Amino acid sequence: MINRVLLKAAAVLAAALLVPAVPAVAAGGGGPAGDPANVDVGNVASLQRGARHFMNYCSGCHSAKYVRYNQLGRDLGLTDQQLIDNLMFTAVKPTETIDIAMRPADAQRWFGQPPPDLSLITRARGVDYVYNFLRSFYVDPARPLGVNNLWLPNASMPHVLWSLQGLQRAVYEDVPGGAPKFVRFELERPGSMTPAEYDEFVRDIVNFLAYIGEPVKLQRESLGVLVIAFLLVFGVFAYLLKQEIWKDVR
Amino acid sequence: MSGARSPSYGAGKPGRGARFIEWVDERFPLSDLMREHVTEYYAAKNFNWWYVFGVLALVTLIIQLLTGIFLTMNYKPSADDAFASVEYIMREVEWGWLIRYMHSTGASMFFVVVYLHMFRGMMYGSYKAPRELLWVVGMLIYLALMAEAFMGYLLPWGQMSYWGAQVIVSLFGAVPVVGDALMEWIRGDYFISDITLNRFFALHVIAVPLALILLVVVHILALHTTGSLNPDGIEIKERKDANGVPLDGVAFHPYHTSKDLIAIIAFAIVFSAIVFFAPEMGGLFLEPPNFEPANMLKTPEHIAPVWYFTPFYAILRSVPSKGWGAFLMLAAIVLLFLLPWLDRCKVKSIRYRGFSFKLALGVFVVSFIALGYLGLMPATGLYVTLARLFTITYFAFFLLMPIYTAREKTRPVPERVVYHHD
Amino acid sequence: MTDEASNSRRHFLAVATSVTGVVGLAFVATPFVASFKPSTRARALGAPVEVDIGKLDAGSMVRVVWRGQPVWVLRRGPEMLGRLEGADAGKLKDPDSLESLQPSYAQNAVRSVKPEFLVVVGNCTHLGCAPLERFEVAPADLGPDWVGGFYCPCHGSKFDLAARVMNGSPAPTNLVVPPHRYASDTLIIIGEESGANA
Repeated sequence: MINRVLLKAAAVLAAALLVPAVPAVAAGGGGPAGDPANVDVGNVASLQRGARHFMNYCSGCHSAKYVRYNQLGRDLGLTDQQLIDNLMFTAVKPTETIDIAMRPADAQRWFGQPPPDLSLITRARGVDYVYNFLRSFYVDPARPLGVNNLWLPNASMPHVLWSLQGLQRAVYEDVPGGAPKFVRFELERPGSMTPAEYDEFVRDIVNFLAYIGEPVKLQRESLGVLVIAFLLVFGVFAYLLKQEIWKDVR
Repeated sequence: MSGARSPSYGAGKPGRGARFIEWVDERFPLSDLMREHVTEYYAAKNFNWWYVFGVLALVTLIIQLLTGIFLTMNYKPSADDAFASVEYIMREVEWGWLIRYMHSTGASMFFVVVYLHMFRGMMYGSYKAPRELLWVVGMLIYLALMAEAFMGYLLPWGQMSYWGAQVIVSLFGAVPVVGDALMEWIRGDYFISDITLNRFFALHVIAVPLALILLVVVHILALHTTGSLNPDGIEIKERKDANGVPLDGVAFHPYHTSKDLIAIIAFAIVFSAIVFFAPEMGGLFLEPPNFEPANMLKTPEHIAPVWYFTPFYAILRSVPSKGWGAFLMLAAIVLLFLLPWLDRCKVKSIRYRGFSFKLALGVFVVSFIALGYLGLMPATGLYVTLARLFTITYFAFFLLMPIYTAREKTRPVPERVVYHHD
Repeated sequence: MTDEASNSRRHFLAVATSVTGVVGLAFVATPFVASFKPSTRARALGAPVEVDIGKLDAGSMVRVVWRGQPVWVLRRGPEMLGRLEGADAGKLKDPDSLESLQPSYAQNAVRSVKPEFLVVVGNCTHLGCAPLERFEVAPADLGPDWVGGFYCPCHGSKFDLAARVMNGSPAPTNLVVPPHRYASDTLIIIGEESGANA
């Protein structure tokens, strides 16, 4: 019956509106095929390592100006003293936000553009993008800093982590009548870490970035379970009441 | 005839409460209003679940008003502070994240609910005489909602806010002769600036919500004048019992309220699932580029409006001419207003209408969803071709309607509504 | 089912649904009400303030701002303390600070942890003006009985050198002593109490 078909079609309309059917749009940022970041913001040990790596390697140039140190303390299980000893290099008080000392004008001169604030980088670009970006620097003598990035061609960011990762070369394959196609990276000069160790190192940083992108994520998910459980109970009462009230309608 | 009237709870000797009501009634028609619009407003007993979306739209409006008021307390409508103030709400205001996610989810859910509500009206002929004005007021609500959503989307001052506003304001440039002057007038500047943001804020939080509330009141009053239709498309007012109660009607309260409550709870569950587990809805409700502050020197690689605008956006892009694209987009909305007069068929409900209308409505739904999908995709190659095809079918639904509905082979409409007691 | 049984079932379900609904509304209201509390930023800005008292001379006062309020730290030398002790307690509204706001460690005759240092919020308890420091003895405008203290220019409230309000003043209570602690002999932290982290 066509009525039924139409009703079904309408139900599909509803579903289509509700289901995120367009991951291509959602993923944001294009790029070559990369590996999934597989981060877990519930892993506090990883977040603690990521926080330390971030402070050591990123926070010299990148701020996270919407994040306060003591919030990290609360969420990552660190005391104020631990924050001061391990994470706070420029700030004085744990209530301060993660800012940088570099002036924007200097950054403009040194890098061509000020390094972006990283508070929301994973929400804007996705964790996979950031994970692959940090693993995709390669030697390119044509660039002023001697490195280029596969995921952000002509990036103005230097390869800050080169001493850990080492330096790698991009191997291209000729495509007849087209632009050369990227095949793989080859390690030219090993760093202090093995590739597997480096991937873990980057994963911890990305995990930390994912956490500061939305510190409330874990809390909202656990609250959501309770809210929906309550609504289900409420729904049972409401359903029984409706059945009772409608009983006398013939 | 049991149960059509609202059972009177607590009808005993007049207590202090009853005396207070009496006191009010002498000064304000409280009981009369309650009777007219709640306890003795009769709607058909055979409503199916398609009839809950009106109430859900009202619930969503309340959610938006409430969360909006609280967001306004911490949001700063200036180009320098707007983005940071949203993050301030998300991170530093107690429960600010929940209030903001409720508002951003509510915006999308408003459109979900309104689109389903409109589709219900199209299926069962709710726009037909004597409900033309009801439909037109509803369409005005839809227009106000689009304006509200568009201006609200600028407020976070992210990349999508900025460039989305840029694109939509540029549409006004397509107006002949005064286009450019009109754009400047809307922006109050030569580009989307702090000034634009500030006035959009004023319109978003005061002007349009007031208009929306007023229109909703008019919509409900119009509905209660004609009475609600039902899935059989029968006017229940035509058959009444000795007390003047429609034979097929049941009181809004407690019958329909108890049913609506279930719908509201189900809606709250879906709403909570999104707010707590997928507030970005995979980039459909909160687009990733909007987590970057507005940058007037850098357009995001791929601009797509939020999903609820994409069907019209796809129509706009399907025409390789700025003027005609904007015109078609406008026409796509205006035609919806004209539905009561385009449809010539006397039978209201799809249950008894002919194959031609069922087919046409099916084509319309497919076109609308397809255009919505295509509007999210880049405007290249096959996508453009498909968008053109569905633009044609979208318009065909309306423009051919006077023809295919005039000679529709309908089935006989029963005298009483079809109701199965379960 | 009899009509009566049906009615009681209906009544029960109506009550159960209503109660659950009201509880639900209370849950919904909670975040909205709580959002009015000071935000993380407000609390960060309202963080404890350090005052270095190492270089403060006897008889002089230093002002700092804590949570938008002026906080005064007055160093009372032996001479000032002598005047305070010698004054007539009968002139005071509340000499034992029973009515006023102060932490328990400052509820004593000199209203301070160490007699030498007075820490008070510099807002008159009458209508919030800032009293003036009038530490001199018997000035022309305040009369021969004045042995030093604070004088509020708005409505004429008078306070002694322990910020206790005098009879005849419109101010109802003594000036407020904020929570504070000594981090060292020369460093006071305002807004923090010993043993507590807030």
